[in-house]
Amino acid sequence: MWRTSGMRIVQAVPLLLFVSALTFFLQLFIPGDAARSIGGLTASPQAIAALRHRLHLDQPVWERYWAWLKDAVHGDLGRSISNNEAVSGTLNTRLGVTLSLVIATTLLALVVGVVLGMASVRGGRTTRLAADSASIAGMTIPAFWVGLLGIWVFNTRFDLLPANGYVFFGTSAGGWARSLVLPVAALAFALVTVIAKQTREQFADVLSRDFVRNLRANGVSERSILFKHSLRHVSVTVLTVAGNNLIGLLGSAVVIEELFGLPGLGSAAVTAASSGDIPVIQGVAVYFTLIVVGLNLLLDLAIGWLNPQAVAA
Amino acid sequence: MSTPQVPIIRRALGRPRITIPAVILVLELIASFGASWLAPYPPQQADFASALSGPSAKHLLGTDRLGRDVLSRLMYGGADTFREIAIAVLITLVIAVPLGLVAGLRRGRIDAALMRMADVVMSIPGIILLLIVLALFSQSMTAAMIVIGLLSVPGMMRVVRSASLTVGRETYVAAARVSGLGTWRVARRHVLPRITGLILVNAALACANTLLIAAGLNAIGLGVKPPAPSWGGMMADAAQTLNQSLWLAIPTGGLVAVTAAALIVLGDGLRDTLAERWSGTSHATTTRRRTAVTTTVAAAAAPESDDAWLLAEPHPVVRLTKVTVTAETEHGEVELISDVSLAVGQGRTVGLVGESGCGKSMTGLALLGLLPNGARVASGTVEIDGTDVGSYGPAQWRALRGGTIAFISQEPMVGLDPLFTIGQLLREAVRTHEKLSRKEATLRARELLAQVQLPDPDRVLKLRPSQISGGMAQRVSIAVALAGRPRILVADEPTTALDVTVQREIVQLLRTIQRDTGMALLMISHDWDVIAEACDTALVMYAGQVVEAGPTERVMTAPLHPYTRKLLAANPRLATVGEPIPTIPGTVPPPGQWPVGCHFADRCPDRVTRCTEAPIALTQPDDQGVARCVLVGDELGEELLEVSS
Repeated sequence: MWRTSGMRIVQAVPLLLFVSALTFFLQLFIPGDAARSIGGLTASPQAIAALRHRLHLDQPVWERYWAWLKDAVHGDLGRSISNNEAVSGTLNTRLGVTLSLVIATTLLALVVGVVLGMASVRGGRTTRLAADSASIAGMTIPAFWVGLLGIWVFNTRFDLLPANGYVFFGTSAGGWARSLVLPVAALAFALVTVIAKQTREQFADVLSRDFVRNLRANGVSERSILFKHSLRHVSVTVLTVAGNNLIGLLGSAVVIEELFGLPGLGSAAVTAASSGDIPVIQGVAVYFTLIVVGLNLLLDLAIGWLNPQAVAA
Repeated sequence: MSTPQVPIIRRALGRPRITIPAVILVLELIASFGASWLAPYPPQQADFASALSGPSAKHLLGTDRLGRDVLSRLMYGGADTFREIAIAVLITLVIAVPLGLVAGLRRGRIDAALMRMADVVMSIPGIILLLIVLALFSQSMTAAMIVIGLLSVPGMMRVVRSASLTVGRETYVAAARVSGLGTWRVARRHVLPRITGLILVNAALACANTLLIAAGLNAIGLGVKPPAPSWGGMMADAAQTLNQSLWLAIPTGGLVAVTAAALIVLGDGLRDTLAERWSGTSHATTTRRRTAVTTTVAAAAAPESDDAWLLAEPHPVVRLTKVTVTAETEHGEVELISDVSLAVGQGRTVGLVGESGCGKSMTGLALLGLLPNGARVASGTVEIDGTDVGSYGPAQWRALRGGTIAFISQEPMVGLDPLFTIGQLLREAVRTHEKLSRKEATLRARELLAQVQLPDPDRVLKLRPSQISGGMAQRVSIAVALAGRPRILVADEPTTALDVTVQREIVQLLRTIQRDTGMALLMISHDWDVIAEACDTALVMYAGQVVEAGPTERVMTAPLHPYTRKLLAANPRLATVGEPIPTIPGTVPPPGQWPVGCHFADRCPDRVTRCTEAPIALTQPDDQGVARCVLVGDELGEELLEVSS
C-alpha cells in the first residue's frame, strides 16, 4: 500500500511536468499568428498586440515554459489575461466547488452502484436484461442531458431544488447540499451504471469461488458471506474502477459545472477557453492533475485498507 | 477465411441486434450528408411566429426559440458530428492497432516502453487538453478531435496488445512465426483477422464516446459556435428555454443517446457474428448430445441394487440410500450421480476413490446440501444423524453444516478468504457455532490451532492465507472445519495439492483427530496411498456410480471390478522404475453421455455382450463387499476375470 502510494506521489511530478509542458508546446503547432489565433478573429489589433506582450509570444516557447515553471514552483501560476487576477488565488476559491462535486459524485455512485449491483446479482432473465440496458444507457446518455431532464423535473415542474448556482458550505450547509443534489445526480448517472455492472459481475465471480463454498459448507451465514466476505472483495475492484473513471468524471464535471452555473475549476477553464485566457487554463491543468493524483491516492489507501495483500505485493 | 463472405453477411442481416442499429445509423448518415437536398428548411431560417412549437405537420420535430426547424438543424448538424467522430476514431485506429500488434507480438522492450507511455497518457486529464487546444486553435473542432483521437490511443492499444498476445501464443500462429514469417505478415494474415471483432467493438465504443464528448463541448458553447447547428449546441438551446418548453430537449439529447446506443449495440453484434466464424456454431453438438441424454434417461430404469453391505455401517452419522442427483441443463435433465448408497459410522473412515469426473465430489456436496445451481437430489434419501434431510430448507441446512457435518477442500490456498487473517477466519467459524466473546473466541481459535498441531498460534492468528504454506493452510482449513465440533468431516481430496511428506502428515493428523474425537470421515481421493492409510472402507466410483466397495484391504488386494483393477494398476507409486506407468485407455464418459449398460464397458478388457445390454446392478458375492459387474458372482465370469488379472 505504502509502495503504491509512494509511486503515485513520485509519478505525479513527471506527470505535472508533462501536462504543463504540453500546454506550452502545443502552441508550437498554431498555424500563423499565435496571438491572433488565441485572441480570435474579432479581436482588435491593439488587443492582439497586448496579448502577444502578455503571453510573451515573441519569446521562444521553452524560455516561456521555464519562466512559468520557476514561478509555478513558488505557487505563482501567473495572472489572468481577462481580469489580471492571480490565477492561483482565483482557482483556490474554485477548488472546493469542483472537489465537492467530484467527491460527492464518486461516493454517491459507489453506494448506489454497489447496492443496485448487489440487488441484481440474484435476478433472472429480466434483471439481466434491465442491467444490460442500464449499462448501455450509462455509456450513451450525455450527462448534460441527464442534468437537463433533472432540472425540468425537480425545478421547472416541481420547484424542489435549485437549478443554478452554488452555495458555499460556510454560508449554509443545507443550501450547499441542495445546490449539489442535481449536479451530483447528473454526473453520477453514468458512473452508477459502470459500478453496478462491475459489482454484479464481481459478486457473481466471488460467490463462485472455493472459499465461499467452504464458508458455506462450514455453516457460516449467508449474510456474512455476502456482506462481510464478498462485499470486501467486490469493494476492492469497485474502488479501482472508480479510480479509473476519475479522469472521465472530471471531463463531465466541466460540462455539468457549466450547465448548473457552479463556480468551479471547470467553468473557469471553459470561460478561459472561449476567451483565450491561456494562463488560467494552464493553472486548471495543474489543479486537475493534482486532483486526479490526490483522489487516486485516497482510493489507493482505501483499497490497501480493504486488501492488505497489496502491502506484501 | 475458410468460410465464404456471403453467409456471414446474410447471417448478420438476419439479426435484429445488427440490422436495427445499422438501419438507424444508415438513415442518420443519409439524412445528415444529404441535408442540403433532403432537409425541409435551411438551418438558419427563422419563423418567429411558430417559435418553440412542438412537433407538427409543418415542423416534424418542432422548432427552437427562433422558430428554426429542429429536424433540419439536426440534419445539418449531423454531417459535422459524423465527420468529427470519423476523424477521432480513425486517428485512434491508425496509431493504436499497429502499436498494439507490435507490442503484443514482439514483446520485450518495445512492449514495455509502449505500455509505460500508455500509462502516462492515460493519467492526463483529457478535458483540459481539449480546452487548451480549442483556445489555441480558434475553437477548431478538428483540432479537438485530433486530441480526442490521440488520447484514446492507449486504451485501444492495450486491447489490441492483449488480444494479439493471446492469439500469438496459439499453435498455428506460433508455427507461422517459427517458419520465418515476419511480424507484420503474421499480424496481417493470422492475428488481425482474429481480433477484428474486438477492434470493432472498441471502435464502436470510441465512436460513442467521441460523440458524447463532442456534444458536451458544443453544449457548453465550445467548438461549433452558434448559430451554426450542432447537436450539443441544440441541447444548450433546450437548456435555455427549459422554462417554456421541455420538448426541444427530447429530440436533441435523444438523438445523441440513440446514435451512441446504435453504435455500441452494432459493435457488439458484429463482434458476436465474427466470433462465430472462428468457433463455429454449436448446433451439431447439440443434436448429438440430445440422443445421448435419451439413453441415460432410459438407464434410470435399473434393476434393484443390493446395497445392504454399503448401508450396514454401525452407528451411521450419514447415510445415502440409492441417491441419484440430476442437473437441469439446456439439453434436459442429466444424471450427475446415479444410485449411490453409502454410510459412514461414528469414528469410521470411508474412502471414495476414482478418476476425476466420476462424481466423487458431487456425492460429497449432496451430503452437505451444497449441490451447484440447477442440480438436485432426484431420488433416494440423504440421512444425517438418522434424520432424512430431503425436505430441509436453507436455515436447517446451515444449522447442520459446521456443527454436525463439516468440509475441507482440495486447494487449501483458494479455500480460505485471502482478505482476512487466520485469526479473523477462525474466530468467525468459532462464533458461528458458539456464543462467545471476542476473547473467548480467540482462546478457542488457539485451541483449534493446537489441535491441528500448528506451532506458535499467536503468530499464525495474525497471518493471512497468502503468508503461509499449503500444508499450513490445509491445517488451518481443518481447524476452521473443526470449529463447530462436527460429527463427520467430508474431506474432498485434502492432500492432492500438497507434496508427499505433507500429505502423510495431514492424513495422520486427521487420524489423530478422529481417535481423539470419534469424528467420522468421508475421504474423497484418487490416491490409493491415502485411501490405504486412512480408510476402513473403500468405495470405488466410476461415471456416477459406485462400482465396487469393501474393506480397504480386500479392495486393494483382491479387487472384484475390472475398473478397480485397472485403477490399482495405474497407481504411479507402484510403477517399476524405467517402465511406463500403466494407464487406462480412454476417458470417463461425462454426465449425459453414459451408456445404457455398464458405464465402464467401453474401456473394459473383459467386456462381454451382456455388459452393454441393460443397466447393471450392485451385487454382493460374499460378506467382503459389493461390485457392479455382470461377471462378479457368476462362476463362469469369475473364471474369466481370474484369467485376465
